[in-house]
Amino acid sequence: MDTISNILLLLVILLNFFLLGSSRLASCIRTIALQGGILSLLPVLAHGFSGHTLFLSTVAFLLKGIAIPYLLFRAIRQVHIRREIEPLIGYVPTLILGTLATAGSFIFSGRLPLIPEHSQSLFVPVGLATLATGFLMLISRRKAITQALGYLIFENGIFIFGMLLTEAMPLMVEAGVLLDLLVGVFVMAILMHQINREFSTMNTDNLTSLKE
Amino acid sequence: MAELFLAALILIFCSGLPAMAWGRWGRRGELASVILLVLGVSLALVATLAAGMQTPAPILALAWAHPAGQFVLELDGIAVLFLLPALVILGMGGIYGLGYFPQVKFGRAAGRVRLFYGILGTSVALLPVCRNGILFLMAWEVMALSCFFLILTDQKEESARRAAYVYLMATHAGTLALFALFILLAGSSGNFDFPWAATLPGATVTAGAVFLLGLFGFGMKAGMMPLHFWLPAAHANAPSHVSAFMSGVMIKMGIYGLVRITSFYSSPPAWWGWTVLALGVISAIMGVVFALAQHDIKRLLAYHSVENIGIILIGLGCALLGQSFHHPSVVALGLAGALLHVVNHGLFKSLLFLGAGSVIQATGTRMIDHYGGLLRAMPYTAFFFLGGAVAICGLPPLNGFVSEWLIYLGLLHSQTAGAISPLSLAVLAIPALAMTGALALACFVKVFGVTFLGTARRDFQIPPQEAPGSMLLPMGVLFLGCLAIGLMPWAIVPLLQRGIVSWLGTGSVAVPLITTLAPVIWISLGAILLLGIIGVVWYRQSFPEDDYQRRPATWGCGYIKGTARMQYSASSFAEQLVRLFRWGLWSDISEGRTIGFFPALARFADHTPDVVLDRLLYPTFRALTRAAFLLRSFFHQGRINVYLLYCALTLCLLLIWLI
Repeated sequence: MDTISNILLLLVILLNFFLLGSSRLASCIRTIALQGGILSLLPVLAHGFSGHTLFLSTVAFLLKGIAIPYLLFRAIRQVHIRREIEPLIGYVPTLILGTLATAGSFIFSGRLPLIPEHSQSLFVPVGLATLATGFLMLISRRKAITQALGYLIFENGIFIFGMLLTEAMPLMVEAGVLLDLLVGVFVMAILMHQINREFSTMNTDNLTSLKE
Repeated sequence: MAELFLAALILIFCSGLPAMAWGRWGRRGELASVILLVLGVSLALVATLAAGMQTPAPILALAWAHPAGQFVLELDGIAVLFLLPALVILGMGGIYGLGYFPQVKFGRAAGRVRLFYGILGTSVALLPVCRNGILFLMAWEVMALSCFFLILTDQKEESARRAAYVYLMATHAGTLALFALFILLAGSSGNFDFPWAATLPGATVTAGAVFLLGLFGFGMKAGMMPLHFWLPAAHANAPSHVSAFMSGVMIKMGIYGLVRITSFYSSPPAWWGWTVLALGVISAIMGVVFALAQHDIKRLLAYHSVENIGIILIGLGCALLGQSFHHPSVVALGLAGALLHVVNHGLFKSLLFLGAGSVIQATGTRMIDHYGGLLRAMPYTAFFFLGGAVAICGLPPLNGFVSEWLIYLGLLHSQTAGAISPLSLAVLAIPALAMTGALALACFVKVFGVTFLGTARRDFQIPPQEAPGSMLLPMGVLFLGCLAIGLMPWAIVPLLQRGIVSWLGTGSVAVPLITTLAPVIWISLGAILLLGIIGVVWYRQSFPEDDYQRRPATWGCGYIKGTARMQYSASSFAEQLVRLFRWGLWSDISEGRTIGFFPALARFADHTPDVVLDRLLYPTFRALTRAAFLLRSFFHQGRINVYLLYCALTLCLLLIWLI
């Protein structure tokens, strides 16, 4: 079981790199859907079959794999954009930074005082690496939609981390987190539509005029 | 007794509600407020006096729904001495407000003042009896905030808003230190109940930290010299009866805190006493020097509060030194002087503030240089003000003399420790104390002379009139209090003795009796004799002389036809002394020099801002604000990406720190 989940987690890291390096929004959304789908397998793989894990997996798959990507696709169709043209930090530097962050998170989690059953698994380093990827995405991109993608990757990192706690966390809390995410994306999609209609661009730069 | 006291406090707390609520029947609501307040104060006074006779002191302990100890009140000797003047002044201020700050003239503001005055009174009366740190801090904060709203009464004035703001900053800086203090005091036990007197060792590092934090937090409230900066503006801008209560009672809570926390320690190290003594000397001298240079009568009185706090601190420092060097007579005299001066200063300073309030109401200005010759228009106010002035200068036969005399005796007793003891250095505070008294006398000659004597300096549209009875009565009562302590100091000695016992703790060695150390009965006889002489002289003076009509004006320099402009002004009277102390005052003087035999028109103006606030704190904080704005315009870019970068960097730093 552990080997399968570790392989899946390594796949998640590869998808992270793809997300950092790709400029085409449609493929980014597809990658995120794939990542969400992989993640939705983890509860079952890590903790075995039970009502709790099955429920979690199903909901995660429905939300991360289907509902959210569908909403995002609709959003980019509405606002007619295909690619992130001018990121604040270029693709190659972001990739290098992403690599460094991933390496850093592996080193860091190696030094953490974890309980023995977690020290061998890849949950902690991959979770941290995905968090860092999300951060990088948020910092380096300009378009509102890519920022929404950044938040999604960020949330995926938290989800991986949360896997360690599935046994301890009540069901309602996790369901709440997932629902929050859905609502967040929903709002973001509406917001993007409004921004686009108002400014006829998706650049968040225009928001700097809101600063005091 | 403690239950009765608590009930009285509830009455006082609610006393402002009628005045606040009955907007349409303002006068009736106001009267109901005053009746409630006076009733509560009388009940509390009865409880306090009864507690002052009871041994052991009454304690009320209730279970409390928070884990840090109990709801404990104790009316011990120290508390009684702080409560007596507080309650008297609270009641008298409430009555005074009927004439000084009536609802018909000030509308809603008057109701607000009544409400916060009641709350302030309750919190101040609660403070000395608390025996739990959390309860103390709660009362302390209620006191600070209600006082803030009272300073803000005149909220349309820029100066009042600024004073209230500075006060709020200062008091919260002090409260922060007090939080640290009580946490340190509770230690690892987590129990915030006060320890009993003299149960903690004084020589530890924690004790030193507690003392320094207390010195900062309580010193800020008391108006000790470098920390006094909030005090002049706050006292000047509040309504006069509130200033009277603040100056007479509220700042004493700082002294109370110092007295209380030093009582916890059995053998305080000598540097505590030296520090308090040195700060007391600085406060006393610089306070009175700053007072001399003021033109605003309430600012002047406020600086005199700093001076008197200094005198009290000298007494407390003397007691602490006596404690360190195991010299009980020094402890007894110093502490008795300090505690009695707390009572006395409360009485005479509130009397002076109320007198100043009457003058301000009659003339509509706070500037001393606009007054003149008010003695004829307001003879009773002038008489009471003179009484307060005599008392504050420490002259017999009034009360100020008795407490200063006890402190002098305490300092002199330090000599009996033997020539080689470092304690004998404490005697050096005596010249400072003497100089303070002399300067205070000069200052009050200036105030009384310029305000009440001479001739009127300007024509007021409404000629100044004597204050109404509701304002004269409180002044009369406070004056009688001053006179009573001056004439019969032996009556209050048992209470002082109890205060000393409470401070030293029950397990201490035999406390020397004050009556054997200081012959108060002789003071009493001397005061009565002096009063008799004054009476005889006055009686003889009151017959009109033949050349009464031809007599020139007071201070007319011998000119028969002097004008009102040819009098001493507040500046010119104090000029010589102010010049002597210009190294500490840093006055702004635009000097109009007159040269030659027929000089051209020249103008002279002087202004003495507060050294700490206006010369140090304002420039420092302005520079800090400017730096903060620069920093903000650099960091505050308005881009969400940059803010997220800050988040990420913080997270990274935290993770690195975790490793």
